[in-house]
Amino acid sequence: MSGLNRRGGGILKAPGKMTDTNLLTTITIAVFFVMYICAIIFLREGFLKPQAFFNILNANAALMILSCGMSLVMITGGIDISVGGVTALVAMSCAVFLDEKGGSVGMSILIALGIGLAFGIIQGYLVAYLEIQPFIVTLAGMFFARGMTTIVHTNPFNVENKDFVALKDTRVIIPFLGTTNRKGIYVPAYIEIGVLVALILAAALFFMLKWTKTGRNFYAVGGNRQSALMLGVNVKRTVFLSHVICSLLAGIGGFVYFMHVGSGSPQHASGAEMNAIASSIIGGTMLTGGVGNIIGTVFGVLSLALIQNIVSSVGLDDAWWTGITVAAMLCIFLVVQSVIIARRKKADISAADEKKEKKPVSAQ
Amino acid sequence: MPSNALKPPKNSKMPGIFRHQIMIPIAALVLLALFNLIADPSFFKITMGQTSNGDPVLTGQLITIIDYGSEVAILALGMTLVTASSGGQDISVGAACAIAGSVLLRVLCGTETSPEKLHAPIIVGFLVSMLVAMIFGAFNGALVAFFKIQPMVATLILFTAGRSIAAWVNHNQLPNVNEPSFGYFGSYIPGIPIPTPFCIALLCFLVTFLILKFTTLGLYVQSVGINEKTSRLNGLNPEMIKLMTYVFLGICVAVTGFIKVSRLSTINYSVVAKDIEMDAILAVALGGNALSGGKFSMSSSILGAYVIQFLTTTLYKFDVKSDALPAYKAVVVIILVIMSAPAVREKLSQLGKKLRAEKHTAESA
Repeated sequence: MSGLNRRGGGILKAPGKMTDTNLLTTITIAVFFVMYICAIIFLREGFLKPQAFFNILNANAALMILSCGMSLVMITGGIDISVGGVTALVAMSCAVFLDEKGGSVGMSILIALGIGLAFGIIQGYLVAYLEIQPFIVTLAGMFFARGMTTIVHTNPFNVENKDFVALKDTRVIIPFLGTTNRKGIYVPAYIEIGVLVALILAAALFFMLKWTKTGRNFYAVGGNRQSALMLGVNVKRTVFLSHVICSLLAGIGGFVYFMHVGSGSPQHASGAEMNAIASSIIGGTMLTGGVGNIIGTVFGVLSLALIQNIVSSVGLDDAWWTGITVAAMLCIFLVVQSVIIARRKKADISAADEKKEKKPVSAQ
Repeated sequence: MPSNALKPPKNSKMPGIFRHQIMIPIAALVLLALFNLIADPSFFKITMGQTSNGDPVLTGQLITIIDYGSEVAILALGMTLVTASSGGQDISVGAACAIAGSVLLRVLCGTETSPEKLHAPIIVGFLVSMLVAMIFGAFNGALVAFFKIQPMVATLILFTAGRSIAAWVNHNQLPNVNEPSFGYFGSYIPGIPIPTPFCIALLCFLVTFLILKFTTLGLYVQSVGINEKTSRLNGLNPEMIKLMTYVFLGICVAVTGFIKVSRLSTINYSVVAKDIEMDAILAVALGGNALSGGKFSMSSSILGAYVIQFLTTTLYKFDVKSDALPAYKAVVVIILVIMSAPAVREKLSQLGKKLRAEKHTAESA
């Protein structure tokens, strides 16, 4: 009986049975490891070295930050397709500021944060308080950011500011994981600063979503806006906050991207918003809101990058294969997710029926 | 009630026509037209020009608008139905246009890059490309209807893969059609001074209106969009209706892809119909249709598409670079959306009431 009481209410969760969020995350992590092990077994060359893994991290640190913000907005039930544009705008603005205006690196970081915050506050206000559809608001945000990028500067160029280049080339050496190359020289394994930033942000966001009241509010609002409101959650402020955090992360992600490529260009991060959405979905976040996990998102980014690496290592070098495999992977994940959720719902309903039948018996 | 979301509150004393959602695109159009009239009246001048072959054609900014706005308008037809039935948008239309165009060229040119003679009649190529586009539409529709995936996410798959598939169809070659009659569909048919894309668009509008007028499709689509469960209880099949709207969008995609390819007589996989999905969705939103599904007004969407092109042409006229164009577009869109936001409208009408009440008390005093 105590078990029944504990479970009571509308939540029909058997002990030991995972929530939707945890199940989807587990699947993603499992798939990532299976893919990596397969890659090591069949294509040992590239994937056995630890540096191969770190290179995936280096190349995708910015995408990871963007995806974390995207997951947060998606958990709240919205969407933000302006993150790619903000990334390009931040990279271009910082590049122009450092090279043509002779600014310092510290100020350029502030510019990045400022751009992100400004986008977040305006978009968040329009979505949360004026109740305009997030898709339209952030679509306009994307157009605006992309247009502004070309207004700031038309052509791509490399940044040669000394402080910045020093920062860009700073590498964090990972002990013990280096490899010895053919000439017998020890090559240490390294990651870029951006990866550290990304991992710290992801961890912070994970803790916030899991253990703070604000974090739980995001799930409540995404799951059911009406009941969240009745439970006393400030729905508008929560939605506003999700957009502010997402755009702020896009600003930081823009700077990390800038540190990785070291140049400004209107073509930078094109399609990054769709990659971020895809990563979040592969990581188990659902666009309907209320379901999602930052760890899943991180592995979603890694899976997406890994499949691209595998495709190019197998020798399917033609440009179109990358797009087709990524789409196929996305398709499989989506269908699996939808089938699992549908089956669980059915199972929950039948379990509820069984309980109803059993209840009078146990009372006697 | 999402269907009422974009309409002003009922207690306002405006006559019925002003409450109709078509007022949103009309208001935008009038604003833009006034702006152009004040800035430069020659914007509205239509003159008789000549093509390189000496055929008489109409030229002028307005003709450019109805010419280049037609592709988005055709897509807006399908997008409106998809939005109404499934409460989401198809973001893969641009990529699907690339596929349709690529298939068309593959059928017409075979594997040669620049054949002397076409391998098949143009109509056959068009029908094959339409079939392919319908299949891809059905793929999107099946994901949305049967697997219950949110439309934006489901179509993200084709959005990612579309341009790659388009390149793969022609093995990354860029075939060129030399047949002059192929170019008619993107420019002018000799003897007819109106741009052909606009004629094609008119034909599409006519067919769509006839379908909506004489079949129950429109009613069913709205019913599914407003409440799927009730529709099922009333004997409709929501899955099939959703699937049908996506297949219909596939037909619109094929027509658009055909016009796009015909304009250039060739194709560029990464550029053709780029960002057209955003314009098509914008057209639906500008038309005052709720993006969360339900009731829709087809004519408002069509007008919305031409408003977007009107805006683009106006901006071009003021020497805005094509790369910087999105920034200005975004500002205009945001202003339009804020004006039509229910929260803002309520505040405005309250303000109006307050002013009237104050005036009243002042008069009576």
